Amino acid sequence: MLQVEDLWVDVQGREVLKGINLHIGQGETHCLFGKNGSGKTTLLMTLMGFSGYTVKHGRILFKGEDITHLPTNERAILGLGLSFQRPPTLRGVKLADMLAFSRISREEAARLARTWGFDHFLDREVNLGFSGGEIKKSELLQLIAQNPDLTLLDEPESGVDIENLHVIGEMIKKLLQKDVHKGRRKSGLIITHTGFILNYLAADKGHVMLNGQIYCHGNPVEIFEAIQKYGYEECARCRNIHRTL
Amino acid sequence: MQKHPSDPVKNLRDPDPRVVSEDRELLDRFVPASDIGSGWEPFGENELGRLRHVGIDLAGSMRAGTFIQSNCNVARCECTASGVELLPITEAIKRYDGLDGYLWRLVEKDEDVFTEETAAHLDNGYFIRALPGERVVYPVQACLYMRNENVAQRVHNVVVAEEGSELHIITGCATHPDLTTGLHIGISEFYVKKGAKLVFTMIHNWGEEVHVRPRTGIRVEEDGVFLSNYISLKGVKSVQTYPTAILAGRNALARFHSVLVAPEGTLLDTGARVVLDAPGSRAEIISRTISSGGKVLARGHLIGRAQKVKAHLECQGLILAEQGVIHAIPELEAHVADVDMSHEAAVGRIAREEIEYLMARGLSEEEATSTIVRGFLNVRIEGLPPELDRELQSVVEETRLGM
Repeated sequence: MLQVEDLWVDVQGREVLKGINLHIGQGETHCLFGKNGSGKTTLLMTLMGFSGYTVKHGRILFKGEDITHLPTNERAILGLGLSFQRPPTLRGVKLADMLAFSRISREEAARLARTWGFDHFLDREVNLGFSGGEIKKSELLQLIAQNPDLTLLDEPESGVDIENLHVIGEMIKKLLQKDVHKGRRKSGLIITHTGFILNYLAADKGHVMLNGQIYCHGNPVEIFEAIQKYGYEECARCRNIHRTL
Repeated sequence: MQKHPSDPVKNLRDPDPRVVSEDRELLDRFVPASDIGSGWEPFGENELGRLRHVGIDLAGSMRAGTFIQSNCNVARCECTASGVELLPITEAIKRYDGLDGYLWRLVEKDEDVFTEETAAHLDNGYFIRALPGERVVYPVQACLYMRNENVAQRVHNVVVAEEGSELHIITGCATHPDLTTGLHIGISEFYVKKGAKLVFTMIHNWGEEVHVRPRTGIRVEEDGVFLSNYISLKGVKSVQTYPTAILAGRNALARFHSVLVAPEGTLLDTGARVVLDAPGSRAEIISRTISSGGKVLARGHLIGRAQKVKAHLECQGLILAEQGVIHAIPELEAHVADVDMSHEAAVGRIAREEIEYLMARGLSEEEATSTIVRGFLNVRIEGLPPELDRELQSVVEETRLGM
């Protein structure tokens, strides 16, 4: 599904990603752990093709196609979807309009919103006055409408209260086809800081990013437990990268 | 019609001698509308289209009344609904003893060259009055139309919403499709009596070299509501408008919304001032302005002079072209302690982040930009006819293409 090869990325003239290699197969869910400022969000932004993230070296293959220099919207049309951590407020643009961009009918959009208990937000200007949890729900609802093949999630649990964590978890499961056990097609890459999301859905692989490099590939639950126990310093020392590649 | 005590509004503009001479020079450049003659030819198809685009529907089935003035001639003045009175101002002056207490009470005769000119040489204008307790369902439409090249049109309007009444007015100001230059002077005085509601929607569509000088005063009494919507989306040489509303009674409310686009070559010097003179009165001034190459001055001045007043000022400006200028000048002035007054102003280009947010949902850069511009101009406008709404959309599209 996704193949990242030796990816070096500059942000405002500063080297942030330093040779990232990553492979996500069809139907797999991967977690990306790492401290703040380690480059996790930069990787997601680069995968989505946002301005300000300059690829200096390496390439990104999505479904076998080199998308390294493709405009964002073409990546979205190919099947990449991103949930924004802090999306901008768009004055005069309603959540219903955002859902309509995915070329689903008004009725279908209304049905989806009802399913997730969010129909009273359809007429709201998108992200205007939304709480942390409401932003996440709005983002995930847009993604469900968009129906991407690879979903990129940037800290989906941040700012969400306990009651809503469950709904957020269910929405992500829906996106990642967790109800399909054979022939699952949807893949995901989830940045998580707290690891809470692992209580709600099973991930296939975990990666640790430190200082713009991936230091470890492995079982996500084991990695997360190790980080909790020993901290990221242990990852820096251990460098499990070669064993699992 | 009952007289009422009215406080004359002090001249708040600085009498800058340079401005006075510029104004005089502008006035001297044009031929008075009264010199054009009073012959009347019916409107051509292209003119009717022009009127439709400023909200004027000549079939008029959904209108309480229609007033159309072309140059200095009243082409139509008819009222179909009960509870509302509609007259050419010259008639109203005759009928109501010089409109004493209403004429030149909220705008001063000697405020500037343009008020002096209109006081001395009135072409006409409308008088609209909602009778006490009457709620007029459909809007009254009024059109001030300039048909000939190089004319100065001098208009004086008086609107009275009597106690407990409700009145909607759509004013469309336009010029003949082939006309390029002219000068429009419009003095307007609005009286919103106790518990009355007046919604005034004004749409401008002038020629590209036309100068526009409205001078407007509003007085709102206890529990009265005055809502103003001002839309100007097409090129015009210059507009200078700064209505002043006095909230004279307890819990009076005034709200000014404007949606403005300044293409290249256009200067829009606009804004509103509200004097909150009574306890519990409220005001809101909201402007959304786009420069696609022209210059916009978005002013606003809130003056709190009584306890427990609440007022908010908001200027949002979007610059879509390299040479565009938007200058927001918000002013808050409080004279007592117990007031709640605020402002926010934001001017700039469309944020890259907003465009990319939409691109991540599959929209092209062009579609994303257009969505943001459309959203920006999507101010809810009360009583906007569908034709006008479509016009708004198409202008937004043009504005986007002109970037």
